[in-house]
Amino acid sequence: MNIGQAILEAMETLNGNKLRSGLTILGIVIGVAAVIAMLAVGSGAQNTITGSISGIGTNLLFVFKGNMQQTIRNLKPLTMGDVNALSDPLQAPHIEKVAPVIQKTMTVTFEGQSSSIQISGVTPDEQSVRNRIVTEGDFISIDNLNGRASVAVIGPQAADKLFGTHTGIVGESIRITGQPFRIIGILASKGGGSFGSQDNIILVPLTTAKARLIPRNLDEVDIIYIQATSSDNVTMAQSEIRQILSTRHQIQPGAEDFTIFTQQDFLSLASTITGVLTVFLGGIAAISLLVGGIGIMNIMLVSVTERTREIGLRKAIGAHKRDIMIQFLVESSLLSLFGGLIGIVFGWLIAFVVGKIASASGTPFTPTVGLNAILLATIFSTAVGLFFGLYPANRAASLQPVEALRYE
Amino acid sequence: MKTDNVIQAKDLCKIYQMGEVEVRALCGVSLNIKRGEVLAIMGPSGSGKSTLMNLLGCLDRPTRGEYILDGEMVSHLNDDQLAEIRNRKVGFVFQNFNLLPRMTALGNVELPLRYSGENGSRREKAKKSLQAVGLADRMDHKPMELSGGEQQRVAIARALVNHPAIIMADEPTGNLDSKSGKEIMDLLINLNKVSGTTLIIVTHDPNVAGRARRVIHLYDGLIAKDNGK
Repeated sequence: MNIGQAILEAMETLNGNKLRSGLTILGIVIGVAAVIAMLAVGSGAQNTITGSISGIGTNLLFVFKGNMQQTIRNLKPLTMGDVNALSDPLQAPHIEKVAPVIQKTMTVTFEGQSSSIQISGVTPDEQSVRNRIVTEGDFISIDNLNGRASVAVIGPQAADKLFGTHTGIVGESIRITGQPFRIIGILASKGGGSFGSQDNIILVPLTTAKARLIPRNLDEVDIIYIQATSSDNVTMAQSEIRQILSTRHQIQPGAEDFTIFTQQDFLSLASTITGVLTVFLGGIAAISLLVGGIGIMNIMLVSVTERTREIGLRKAIGAHKRDIMIQFLVESSLLSLFGGLIGIVFGWLIAFVVGKIASASGTPFTPTVGLNAILLATIFSTAVGLFFGLYPANRAASLQPVEALRYE
Repeated sequence: MKTDNVIQAKDLCKIYQMGEVEVRALCGVSLNIKRGEVLAIMGPSGSGKSTLMNLLGCLDRPTRGEYILDGEMVSHLNDDQLAEIRNRKVGFVFQNFNLLPRMTALGNVELPLRYSGENGSRREKAKKSLQAVGLADRMDHKPMELSGGEQQRVAIARALVNHPAIIMADEPTGNLDSKSGKEIMDLLINLNKVSGTTLIIVTHDPNVAGRARRVIHLYDGLIAKDNGK
């Protein structure tokens, strides 16, 4: 008896018992759908996170005060002196531009509307280092910086909160903790990043911020953003920064009181986290697939008992052990294969709905059902059917024809 | 030594081990059956009728003894080899028909051919077999849609489809009313006449046994009476 006939016959049998087949399949459907949805959501999240990190710029470095690995006494802050040293092309030939920032979340008001928005004191270099695009008006100029001008560049989300729109508001005056600032430019949207919204910000000149909004000791700054001359030179730039700051802060190598992050560090960190998360979720989902497989085994055992006489007859008219084995294995594999196929569709639907909900709630996010996930689910579910069908099929095949025919 | 005996059984014994107790279902049965013979096996319950039928039909192996079916020594074959012998040389007709309810009459008759690796002419052979039992017009019906007599005809067509050396009929009329029972017996006897297939009928019913030229009575696992000797 060849496989083609066996498949046709198994289809007839399964079709003859629709409710039971359907319920048996359900276990596998749920399992596969869960696995597919989890993998899709996981890889979608990974894409979104790495995408938004890449969007920051591939040649960007961040320098923070402090050391996350060990406790350092006499922590020295980052200062404008550090910034100037890093900007020196002789000492740091692989550094293109340096953008120091001080920041704080403050209450901003416009005609009675008030909102909590992150205020950043920046220099004109911020524009190219952090790839800030101005849709209307101008960015902060060197004159604004030197003159400690009360001007602000506003992010689109912040503008929406205060004005209800993010167009045609250049020239309006807002109050940041009571002090008036004139809007001179509007930023293009950068989208919701994984570090919170990059659009809910207001940029002001660093000098103005220090003098009037965010008091800082001496020439202290919070973060220094550094643009390497190219993305290939990021490592070189990193060692130059380490060199310069270690010298300036007079510290031993290894006991640094600052931390340098490259965009690569963020990328690999994010990939690791989301990867672990995906495997974890997928693993939990796989348990339900296992439960589905046990369901198949259960039903196949019942089916073997029910069809003992049929097995006896088939053997009496010449079926080999192998023929009976194949018959039952094909049935269980078909059950789980169908379950797998339906599960893939359901899983894709779930992932799609999750994506829609995420988008609707402001996080653009596309779950991706990869070809490998589909292949994996199909093969795995069929394997589950084969594996859990093995025992019942073997039991059927080992029946003695005399006893099977006599069975009531 | 070529003989005209389709069945040569020598000293067949079947002993079942029921826990501590040995049950001798059959002990020392020797039997020759000629090609084309019609034979009835009778005997009370527990006399070893079914055991003998299982051995002669190659459904089971004897504990002791030799059995030659259609020129082949079959008493020591393994399960799969026995399955092949049953497929080619034995046709079974059961009391309760044993048709597969999901398949049409044609599908049921085709079934033995599937296991013999027959490919091309399966459908044709099955149709011919159904015509031979007079069911040419009902072959697309499922067993549930057929009367008892018709179902038994389908079973006979299934038994015939591989042109076996012997047909084993186990109480073939046991589940039928007397009229269709008589028709089935007429059909079986007629098929024996036309094709010369050896027919072995196991039965309680003296009327059925009366249709056979040779009747064997079993008692306590032994042949008590054999009118053909």
